[in-house]
Amino acid sequence: MSVLEIHGLHVTVETEQGTKEILKGVDLVIREGEIHAIMGPNGSGKSTLAYTIAGHPKYTVTKGTITLDGEDVLAMTVDARARAGLFLAMQYPVEIPGVTNTNFLRTAKTAISGEAPAIRTWVKDIRETMTKLRMDSSFAERNVNEGFSGGEKKRNEILQLELLKPKFAVLDETDSGLDVDALKIVSEGVNRAAENTGLGVLLITHYTRILRYIKPDFVHVFVAGRVAEEGGRELADRLEEEGYDRFLTEANVG
Amino acid sequence: MTAASTSTALPTAEQHGIKEHSDGRFGFVPVQTRSARFRSTNVEDFPAVTGREAVWKHTPVDRVGSLISGELDGSAYAYDATPADGITVAWVGRDDARIGVAGAPEERASANAWSAFERALVISVTGEEAKEFTLTRSALGTGARGAHTIIEAAPFSQATVILQNSGSAQLTENIEIILGESANLTVVSVQEWNDDALHLANHFASVGRDARFKHVAVSLGGSVVRINPSTHLVGSGADTEMLGVYFADAGQHLEQQVYVFHDGPHGRSRVTYKGALQGEGARTVWIGDVLIGPDAVGTDSYEQNRNLVLTDGTRADSVPNLEIETGDILGAGHASATGRFDDEQLFYLQSRGITEDEARRLVVRGFLSEIVQQIGAPTLQERLQLAIEAELSAVPRAGE
Repeated sequence: MSVLEIHGLHVTVETEQGTKEILKGVDLVIREGEIHAIMGPNGSGKSTLAYTIAGHPKYTVTKGTITLDGEDVLAMTVDARARAGLFLAMQYPVEIPGVTNTNFLRTAKTAISGEAPAIRTWVKDIRETMTKLRMDSSFAERNVNEGFSGGEKKRNEILQLELLKPKFAVLDETDSGLDVDALKIVSEGVNRAAENTGLGVLLITHYTRILRYIKPDFVHVFVAGRVAEEGGRELADRLEEEGYDRFLTEANVG
Repeated sequence: MTAASTSTALPTAEQHGIKEHSDGRFGFVPVQTRSARFRSTNVEDFPAVTGREAVWKHTPVDRVGSLISGELDGSAYAYDATPADGITVAWVGRDDARIGVAGAPEERASANAWSAFERALVISVTGEEAKEFTLTRSALGTGARGAHTIIEAAPFSQATVILQNSGSAQLTENIEIILGESANLTVVSVQEWNDDALHLANHFASVGRDARFKHVAVSLGGSVVRINPSTHLVGSGADTEMLGVYFADAGQHLEQQVYVFHDGPHGRSRVTYKGALQGEGARTVWIGDVLIGPDAVGTDSYEQNRNLVLTDGTRADSVPNLEIETGDILGAGHASATGRFDDEQLFYLQSRGITEDEARRLVVRGFLSEIVQQIGAPTLQERLQLAIEAELSAVPRAGE
């Protein structure tokens, strides 16, 4: 049974005003098949956590550990983390000129499984998954994310999630900028991946809206770079009613 | 953009800058129309180059002084050629009637070559079957040299002619390309010179009625390489595809000034150049001029340039120009974009399991292969793909 463990994680980032500590001791344990929602106000460090797990060079880990089934994730390059089974669905997916989606997906799949996918089943997999995500087949031959709308980019992220079949996926504000139809389509994709592959999910969101479609097993409230409160699904409901005000007050006092 | 003379909404000769300046002292009127540039085959007719001239302002003229104003060796040189049915190669004298048919120099280095060459190399294409021919120049030496080449495609003939350039060279040259009626000719000029090579080339193509001309400039190696192809669509229904691909690494200057002159009616032109830049001081220039003359009704024209910047410390200039002298055309457009392959793209690809090296190869190969795939010479295409990959791995990346 796979497990992603984060212990005592401190992360800094370089800013014009000097080094700034964003994460101040994060502890999280995510097991295979579990869905964890990380909620919190803007600037609480949610996205920093996502990018630190994926290994973005902008963030420096000063203390703490991240392990995947006991393996030291922090010692791995970005691509090695992906090959080990981690996936980050980005809030703002990047456009890659000159590379078609098809070519990109095949290259990534080959890199992750260590061998080229069998052509016939692979093409069929892509086509079927795109249909489920209501993506027009023309997206296969278009350059990665180039000229895609916000919603199309998010669906393209979930397409990759479904095809690359990671052990753990971090979804960084995948719900932002989606209308309700797109939100449902994207949520269905995540739920399919969770059912089919026993995916563990770290769902980062500002709003509770997506939690109507993706049911979390655990909810963690992030404030000022650490987990301020943890609970089950009912915590999300309370946040929907109350917002983050009581945490902000505590943080200010603290 | 120059206006049709009938429209009152467009600039008139009285407007500032079009006539001689009112102080009158300098007697200087800038050339307004691309086809009206001064031409001469005699180098003495061109003043010394300062580097401020429109045609030289992007070029490191101090590095190519020997070609602009130095004495040139205009003698015949050694070449390799693979024999092909319907293609002959011969040296001819300066009095050959074909010399000067397709064009004349518009700048000093071109005229320097024209004044200096002793004999011209003529590649003649006949026969309606498709064929491929490669002329390899790999032993031009390190002395400054001027050369003249004529590629002549007989009416209804068909061929792909590849000029493969490698080794050391200091070369300024003119290549005249003459397409008879309904000829179908592809000319590919591949620059894979040594790092110290200097190469200034002007290609002048004259395309006859219903003829199809594909021109491809591939510049990968050399210190300063400037390929200026101009295509004159003379006959009705003439068609040209002008393609270019270049990869500049540290300290390299790769330039191309492309010109299409739609003179006859119902012509079609497509100009597509793509380049990548990598390493400190890598420099590329693309200038694309399209002139649609008053008789070129029914013209369909589009030109574009795309550059991919791979590291810091590079510079890509891209200047599309379009002049239209008739309103009765199907279409004319231009586009230019220079983008960078940045750390976020690298992170994105790596976060999907793709290694850093593979990520770079994927992006650059995808970007440049669009042009390479259109050459139409499979063996050359395959070799160029490998050459581009070698360029990628040859140079240290940013931050290393």
